[in-house]
Amino acid sequence: MRVIEAAKVTEAVRALAMEKAYKLSGDVLRAFDEGEKKEKSETGKEIFRQIKENAEIAAQGEVPYCQDCGMAVIFAEIGKDLRVDGNLEAAIQEGVRRGYTEGYLRKSVLGDPLRRKNTGDNTPAVIHYSIGEGDKLKLTFGAKGGGSENMSRLAMLKPSDGEEGVKNFVVETVSIGGANACPPLVLGVGIGGNFEKVAEIAKKAALRSPDKRNPDPYYAAMEEELKARCNKLGIGPMGLGGVVTVLAVNIEVFPCHLVALPVAVNVNCHADRHGEIVL
Amino acid sequence: MAEYKIQTPLTAEVVKKLKIGDKVLLSGVIYGARDAAHKRILDGLAKGEKVPFDVEGSVIYYVGPSPARPGKVIGAAGPTTAYRMDAYAPKMMELGMRGMIAKGKRNDAVKDAMKKHFVAYFGATGGAGALINKCIKKAEVVAYEDLGPEALRRMEVSDFPLVVVGDCYGGDLYAEGRKQWEGKS
Ligand code: SF4
Repeated sequence: MRVIEAAKVTEAVRALAMEKAYKLSGDVLRAFDEGEKKEKSETGKEIFRQIKENAEIAAQGEVPYCQDCGMAVIFAEIGKDLRVDGNLEAAIQEGVRRGYTEGYLRKSVLGDPLRRKNTGDNTPAVIHYSIGEGDKLKLTFGAKGGGSENMSRLAMLKPSDGEEGVKNFVVETVSIGGANACPPLVLGVGIGGNFEKVAEIAKKAALRSPDKRNPDPYYAAMEEELKARCNKLGIGPMGLGGVVTVLAVNIEVFPCHLVALPVAVNVNCHADRHGEIVL
Repeated sequence: MAEYKIQTPLTAEVVKKLKIGDKVLLSGVIYGARDAAHKRILDGLAKGEKVPFDVEGSVIYYVGPSPARPGKVIGAAGPTTAYRMDAYAPKMMELGMRGMIAKGKRNDAVKDAMKKHFVAYFGATGGAGALINKCIKKAEVVAYEDLGPEALRRMEVSDFPLVVVGDCYGGDLYAEGRKQWEGKS
């Protein structure tokens, strides 16, 4: 049994939270370059130039990429042969607390949804745990903006709605809320599971790299098709009209009940702040 | 699509020149306020209090910045989504506000009030918090300090890059832009 100290986890989460707020990863920047090349609207091209310049300024480490530094989401995959010395949950939350405080990031988390008082340190983060093989701890971190999260949707479709029903729901989601979600977007699409699982896998998909396609060719083709359909909506960068509304559609699937066809679309904005670390 | 350099405060004459799609570089004083600050302004008014800034010809920026580093003016300061302020905007226009900076679609009540009072709606690039930071030369809280990122701020901006997304003729770039590019690839 391998043992790691909880303090190591805190440090890793702190570093991820601080880094991601300032520095978009290479996969996202490459998607911007591609999008700028494809975009035909002049206003749309100008938006791409602005977000690329924004990324350059933010990467200098003085000002975050976006003022909404997000609510932190963490997928923690724990190897069965690993033991964390200390409280893993507390260690992750402490990392978020330190990252957002020391990084001069905006604290956007309220302690209660109706009484709405800010917790002051951006905790709690939303954490999803799973147990896997090996003796490592893999942490996938996302800083998820509220504006794009608000445009996300979930539906319990009928099995007879089938593939077409799922695809229409995805396109409809972008059609309704895409303009308000700071496009160009990355869509995380969950298909299957049950009510709560489908939202979780949609989030996982939203935090996946925009240049990684689903390993199943059937779903990889669906990702490309959905991207093309969404981009025909005309919404464009920042919703001002254009041919690039989404940079990528990422699909994750899970087995489901025979009477069910859940689908969820987690909308991510161009401030696609995701990263991972293996301890 | 014209390009303008504009100075605040805005006049009806300037607003009447602006059409959707125009590019604007805005300079001068603007006020930062969002949900909670709007609510306080209007609640205060109902109680007979004065608006804590000069509304006539003012431009309000819907923004909730990230904290400033020591010695810095402000943190990342991109626009927030406008529809949450739709409930307050017509009243602000009645009071004399002439411009709004934010992102996203507005409702018909807002568009109607913009026609009636000659008001422009400018789109700033959502998420471009670091880029916009560079245009903000000064920022100070003028009221509601307890609201933190949502406090009412007076800001001096220089060449803030904007696009006219709503004009005083009922033009709406979110609708028009989409119509123009729908079905194309
Ligand atoms: S939707 Fe994304 S890019 Fe837009 S303001 Fe929110 S976090 Fe920033």
